[in-house]
Amino acid sequence: MNAPTRTDLARGTGVDVDRIRADFPILARPTSAGKRLVFLDTAASAQKPRQVIEAEARVYETEYANIHRGVYELSQKATAAYDKARSKVRALLNAASDREIVFVRNGTEAINLVAASWGRKNLKEGDQVILSEMEHHANIVPWQMLRDAIGIELVVIPITDTGELAWEAYEQAFTARTRLVAMTHVSNALGTIVPIREVTRVAHEHGVPVLVDGCQAVPHMPVDVQEIDADFYVFSGHKIYGPTGVGALYARESILKDMPPYQGGGDMIASVTFARTTYADIPQRFEAGTPNIAGTIALGAAIDYVTGLDRQALLRHELALRDYATERLSEINAVRIYGTAPEKAGVISFTIEGVHPHDVGTILDFEGIAVRAGHHCTQPVMDRFGIPATTRASFGIYNDFDDVDDLIRGIARVQEIFA
Amino acid sequence: MSDLRELYQEVILDHGRKPRNFGPLPGANRDAHGHNPLCGDKLDVHLKLKDGIVEDVRFEGAGCAISVASASLMTEALKGHTEAEARALFEKFHTLVTGEENPTPETLDELEKLAVFSGVRDYPLRVKCATLSWHTMHAALDQNDEMVVTE
Repeated sequence: MNAPTRTDLARGTGVDVDRIRADFPILARPTSAGKRLVFLDTAASAQKPRQVIEAEARVYETEYANIHRGVYELSQKATAAYDKARSKVRALLNAASDREIVFVRNGTEAINLVAASWGRKNLKEGDQVILSEMEHHANIVPWQMLRDAIGIELVVIPITDTGELAWEAYEQAFTARTRLVAMTHVSNALGTIVPIREVTRVAHEHGVPVLVDGCQAVPHMPVDVQEIDADFYVFSGHKIYGPTGVGALYARESILKDMPPYQGGGDMIASVTFARTTYADIPQRFEAGTPNIAGTIALGAAIDYVTGLDRQALLRHELALRDYATERLSEINAVRIYGTAPEKAGVISFTIEGVHPHDVGTILDFEGIAVRAGHHCTQPVMDRFGIPATTRASFGIYNDFDDVDDLIRGIARVQEIFA
Repeated sequence: MSDLRELYQEVILDHGRKPRNFGPLPGANRDAHGHNPLCGDKLDVHLKLKDGIVEDVRFEGAGCAISVASASLMTEALKGHTEAEARALFEKFHTLVTGEENPTPETLDELEKLAVFSGVRDYPLRVKCATLSWHTMHAALDQNDEMVVTE
């Protein structure tokens, strides 16, 4: 086997990782045990570049006031910056219009919004929603709540041994009662990249709209909602190097304009009397109450940061890290990798024979290596493979090949302790 | 932070690999199921109590080295003790691993082998691993009080 060497892989990506790393202050801080921080948990939440941290501080220092209210200068500035962030999200996803972008707290809230608003209006007892076996709990539980409330049925498409969507089962799952497909773009537990363009094509042949959970896709690859023909697309800001507490829902305008409000309150109304309230137009109709103003503006800064880099090169870089880590992990007999789809993001779930993932996580932590250990909010995936948990290493734009080498050394230390 | 070897002491690794009193317990009259939703660890504790004495105790389940070793050492520690002593030991163990207060030399003496878990206090996220079996044992003691009433 002539696998590409570390040097070959690093050379091929064209990414100056050291320059990127310099933008992330937390990476320069040693851990409390005095080790170099090896952060391999970006799939859970990404670290933040200085540009984002400073953008959020700048809002509070220079242009903060509530939005859509005051006639004074500060409020106008904050409103303009907030609306500009919406345009940045639109551009990031290549949505047709800013009106199709709703700000929410995170991907979870976006899915809950669709389930509560679109779901309750358009679904009735016996209607079916298609999910995959590799959904995050955030794309399972809101639909289960709807099932328990109004009696819809959930149809779960299995995954294969490699962690791919069982394609024939998907194609055959459609019935006269199918009303929605809700599916992840990239699996957070296995890394599988779902052929989402094909998923929407098949669904649309049956006249069924598709909600795509893009939380693990948007931070790592260019996404074009028009090209993939998604009806709903959701993501969290904190995973794309932005702050926590802000995310976005994209919904096709023709669908969004017919959806009833999700929450009631200020900022989502046209007029209110005690007899009757009329609601604001989209997207404000779905943004009740004062939102995460500074966080949303800082999400705009995160989008500027990421799109200011060569995104194709960043993807090549993360995939090179994935390939190198997969190669090195495969050399260890006791390691088993879960999720081996050919189309896979920079996420590697694995187990070490005879050592529970929590023990792996604690020992790696002591070596300065942050990984996720557990079920990754995907218990059905764990059940599918008959394991309670895995250790997961996931890559971001700031990871380098040294991080992988440190991970491999850390695993050797785990095996030494558990020998 | 303490040295990793203080957490993963030889006794813990040994009991994690080869848990004692592992498996079902025919004739058990108190059982409880423990679950740590954070990590998915699940275990069952079976007790055979006679005249207020823990005559036998066994456990089943899967988990990390800390939780399996804790369950294993717990079963060894409880055998032959009264229910009241078992409850008292639960309190002492809990105090030891949560680090609420420094254990006195007397307490460490009473805990005997269980004192190897003192390193857990430096790893707050692992305290639940060490206490899962103890909470389950506690629930088993409580739970069957009700069953006794119905009989």
